[in-house]
Amino acid sequence: MAHKEPHPDHDLIQGEWTEKTLVEKLLEPVEKPAPRPWRAVLAVGGALTLAWLYAIFVTFVKGLGAWGINQPVAWGFDIVHFVWWIGIGHAGTLISAILVLMRQNWRDSLNRVTEAMTLFAVLAAATYPLIHMGRPQLFYWVMPYPTHMALWPQYKSPLSWDVLAIMTYLTISTLFLYLGLIPDLALLRERSTGWRRKLYGWLSLGWTGNAVHWQRYRAVYVLLAGLATPVVISVHSVVSMDFAYGLVPGWHLTVFPPFFAAGAIYSGFAMALTLIIPLRRWYRLEGVITERHLDWMAKVTLASGLGVAYIYLLEIFIAWYAGEPAEWAQQIWRMTGPYAPYYWAMMLINVVLLQTLWFPRFRKNLTWLFLFSILANVGMWLERFVIVVISLSKDFLPGNAQLYYPTWVDWTLFLGTIGFFLFGLSLFIRLFPPIAVAEMVHLFHRLRKH
Amino acid sequence: MLYGLMAYFDSPEKLLEALKVLKAEGYRRLEALTPNPVEGIEEVLGGDGRIPWIAFFLGVLGVGLGLFLQIYTTLDYPHNAGGKPLLGWPAFIPVTFELTILTITVGIFLFLLYNNGLPLSWHPAVQAREYVRVLLDEYGVFVYATDPRFDLESTKTLLRELGAEVEEVRRD
Repeated sequence: MAHKEPHPDHDLIQGEWTEKTLVEKLLEPVEKPAPRPWRAVLAVGGALTLAWLYAIFVTFVKGLGAWGINQPVAWGFDIVHFVWWIGIGHAGTLISAILVLMRQNWRDSLNRVTEAMTLFAVLAAATYPLIHMGRPQLFYWVMPYPTHMALWPQYKSPLSWDVLAIMTYLTISTLFLYLGLIPDLALLRERSTGWRRKLYGWLSLGWTGNAVHWQRYRAVYVLLAGLATPVVISVHSVVSMDFAYGLVPGWHLTVFPPFFAAGAIYSGFAMALTLIIPLRRWYRLEGVITERHLDWMAKVTLASGLGVAYIYLLEIFIAWYAGEPAEWAQQIWRMTGPYAPYYWAMMLINVVLLQTLWFPRFRKNLTWLFLFSILANVGMWLERFVIVVISLSKDFLPGNAQLYYPTWVDWTLFLGTIGFFLFGLSLFIRLFPPIAVAEMVHLFHRLRKH
Repeated sequence: MLYGLMAYFDSPEKLLEALKVLKAEGYRRLEALTPNPVEGIEEVLGGDGRIPWIAFFLGVLGVGLGLFLQIYTTLDYPHNAGGKPLLGWPAFIPVTFELTILTITVGIFLFLLYNNGLPLSWHPAVQAREYVRVLLDEYGVFVYATDPRFDLESTKTLLRELGAEVEEVRRD
């Protein structure tokens, strides 16, 4: 055989592997006893989930008065966190869908864990509007169904678009995750015994690996990726229109859809880094999640973060250039008012510290990358806080200004969803391989044998 | 009872070659089982070109459903919101878009399951003792004993000549 140049992506799988040893390695999180940190994460996540349930219980018994919301800040922590979680969810679909379409091989070792991240983030997000209704048992009122009052949802309202966008997103990302899991479930079925064999047997739907099935499967997978891509963009754009359709100073901007989409990608990639860096270390996955993967994720974080930073500066410019007094007053209130520390902390993280990612020295330093990924999520939380709470706390009338003080219920609900997210994810990687096995083996085959 | 023969090949090229020979010999009831998609399998076993078309028609259905839902409900309960036209169609775009995607996604997923015959509770090839190999790193061909050309000895010899390891799959 003639000499072949190594595949340009040959270093995506590092170390000496055969298909068998690679599969053994990738199935370790499911088949071997869990490492100690996993138990710690599960325990903390479980405890916070219980606290979360208690806070939801308190909310239902006492009503929304248990929260710190008031007039005019009627959208408090719940909407801050709703938007924050939805944004975090977006990187998962982005990595799986857009990078499939672009034939980026480096997604293969990241897509499963980020899709699972999407699932739990969107579930966490969806609970906030549900409990914000105050009467969650009546949530079906947002659905189009023929009532005895002959009332229908108002489809000219972005709030009603939101319901459909989020539900579509949840459905498509769940199906996408499940579809990707099916071949791995079949492999796990053949390798396990007892209740696990039953569970994987049911979930794998009897997948045999038939080559004709594979052809259809691939076609549908790519098709779903193509459909998931515009959904990701549309979901956060619709969320942003919940704001931009209002007249409140600080919300009424046409740039909101790209602003929110960039923020979503930024916070989502940051959260993916926060999860993947420890996962890689605890499970010794350095051979398949290489420094090159992390470097690229850092670069995407930088690119989307720069989009966010640009719009921060644009917001100031628009407020000044439009000459709208209420809009300009809102900008000054953000910078100098009682909430100024939040605003400047956001600027520090998302504009100043972000610039470190330009330099390979910082991108390759995993301690800094991990630290920054957490900071970036704090920064994006602050951004949602700036948009929701600071904008609402001062609108057109000076007499209408009132500050917002979150209560312990608000905080518990927030920490609770973080707990639920960690709890769900840690159970997920114990039951299902956090790296797509069939895809990695396929990639391995393409890189080493062709 | 003999279900058939399971042949294990160690590369997709050998699998494709073997499938071609088996087809030429007149075998019809056989299945290729692989750990991942094999390029070039369509030419041998035939591909499925319907998926994009089905997705397209599901999309048309979704657009119709989305527009119908919004136009019908708006006319059924006319509501003047800020003097906007009753059927202000630009406001209908997001919901129509989401419902289109939702219809395609769910529909194409169900179509995939239906067309692949899933869920499936039992399959003879899975009864092979070393079946797990074709989910891991080998490429298998399962030849059904019900194939008109099937003959235990000659089929086995043919598969071995093509470079396979052969296993008889029987009911225990």
